[in-house]
Amino acid sequence: MFEIFGIPSQALFGQLLLGLINGSFYALLSLGLAVIFGMLNVINFTHGAQYMMGAFAAYLLLQHAGIGYWPALVIAPLLIGATGVVIERLFLRRLRKLDPLYGLMLTFGLALVIEGLFRNVYGSSGLPYQVPESLEGGRNLGFMFLPNYRAWVIVLSLAVCLATWYGIERTRLGSYLRAATENPVLVRAFGINVPRMVTLTYGFGVALAALAGVMAAPIYNVSPQMGSDLIIVVFAVVVIGGMGSIMGAIVTGFALGVVEGLTKVFFPEASNTVIFVIMAIVLLVRPAGLFGRTG
Amino acid sequence: MERVLDEPVLVRRRNAGRSVGAAFAVMVALLAAAPFVVYPVFLMKALCFALFACAFNLLIGYVGLLSFGHALFFGWASYLTAYAAKAWALPPELAIIVGTATAAVLGIVAGGLAIRRQGIYFAMITLALAQMMYFFALRAKFTGGEDGIQGVPRGRLFGFFDLADKTTMYVFVLVVVLAGFLLIYRIINSPFGEVLKAIRENEQRTISLGYKTERYKLFAFVLSATLSGLAGSLNALVFQLASLTDVHWTMSGDVMLMTLIGGLGTVFGPVVGAFLVVAMQNYLASFGQWVLVIQGAVFVACVLVFRRGIVGEIAAALRVRL
Repeated sequence: MFEIFGIPSQALFGQLLLGLINGSFYALLSLGLAVIFGMLNVINFTHGAQYMMGAFAAYLLLQHAGIGYWPALVIAPLLIGATGVVIERLFLRRLRKLDPLYGLMLTFGLALVIEGLFRNVYGSSGLPYQVPESLEGGRNLGFMFLPNYRAWVIVLSLAVCLATWYGIERTRLGSYLRAATENPVLVRAFGINVPRMVTLTYGFGVALAALAGVMAAPIYNVSPQMGSDLIIVVFAVVVIGGMGSIMGAIVTGFALGVVEGLTKVFFPEASNTVIFVIMAIVLLVRPAGLFGRTG
Repeated sequence: MERVLDEPVLVRRRNAGRSVGAAFAVMVALLAAAPFVVYPVFLMKALCFALFACAFNLLIGYVGLLSFGHALFFGWASYLTAYAAKAWALPPELAIIVGTATAAVLGIVAGGLAIRRQGIYFAMITLALAQMMYFFALRAKFTGGEDGIQGVPRGRLFGFFDLADKTTMYVFVLVVVLAGFLLIYRIINSPFGEVLKAIRENEQRTISLGYKTERYKLFAFVLSATLSGLAGSLNALVFQLASLTDVHWTMSGDVMLMTLIGGLGTVFGPVVGAFLVVAMQNYLASFGQWVLVIQGAVFVACVLVFRRGIVGEIAAALRVRL
């Protein structure tokens, strides 16, 4: 044990770790929002609800089918991603030619419906979800105690983020995707099924949210309102980073998580609001966002 | 950017003023007769929200800006009015001015930040700023945290009219709301309002015509925030309560729903929408969380198949402007 700026190292690194965990979720969620926005020009307000559905999917798979954490990590995003595909086909597709504000209102309405339904069935209190056995416990690093599960969350989230970045920026499929974002009509003329690509992109963004939900289930309790407050913070993250760049979304997400964690140590009263304050400052200094290209 | 109103209503220009005048007369007559039939507190609540929705509509309907954080102005005005009336024992007219002025100041700050970005970002920024101020309200001492400010005295208006009396209070609320309504109607039909509509239709072109659109947008935002604050202040006196519900994001969602159901960019739509949503919340209150589900479903339905809203549909069918 030693002290840094008069703060015990355990507390400082503990909060730093918590910040990295939150940052993992910010990064995954803002990445999903950026991917969806790039392709559909829609801000997906349902994202928070879909994150919550991911956590519930893991919980229900365990309760009713005895399916544990590891399979749920794959099954839940697939299931929730499939519901995303349905939502895109049924609703979002009809709004393509309209002002994007309608997309925001529609997904907001959907978020209310989903949250309301889950509250009806499961109430408002949190439901516990156990850390998988293989990741129980932790190790002492000398300056702090590192629970295995939390280390896993950070590593997995980083891996998924980087894989997504690689997929979009460095592969052939990703180049189609980027091209379709720039000029869908031209890409269609090359014989690529753009509408299907749009649908799958939405499904993928939703699956990312659901994956974050499964990862969050053992850390926070599973509850119907776990997504709605988080999504507003993620919106601020997206405004700070700007949605023009995939890497920008990832870096901003992790960085803001850490900043929030540090604020909890040095100035706990401001920890809820620090991200919003940063957003206001960024808007004053650099209105397009840190990684944004245009307003 | 595309406009929010995708299907412009064909209007015979010379009839425009007449149809609005007739509808206004009907509305005033209905509101004057209503307290004999309907529970006055319900009516006063609906009236406050009608003003709130009209103020919100000023932005989305006439400038094309979707603010997702209007609860900020409604709620904080409500807190300041309640605090001024209770802790400083100010008479109601001054308490309302304190609340409304607070909303105006918050409008300058939030609007100044939010108009730096367009479209979808504008919505996200206003939402985030409102959430920040929600946390302040949760933390601040004077707001009473989870309890809110309860037992706010209504006091005597101008030292003469006792607002504790239900009828007097109703008349007062009705007069203020109608004044706000007429002010908004005047604004959207002024030269200033025409510039706002030009910004809605095509901001780039408006800039090229030499208008400083940022200033127009900011002024419209501050007006909208101020009138939302007036609605919040009234609401605090009606219920003698200011609470966290008034600053929560669900309140911003409610006002958006009211305007959408009634008809974005219509003069009377927000009023109709406010009465419908308040009635719905009132009668469905016993169904608990189903209210949330139904509201969400109405949202989805409106966006998908009913974008003109009730008043917009009526106006289109009659080929008049309402």
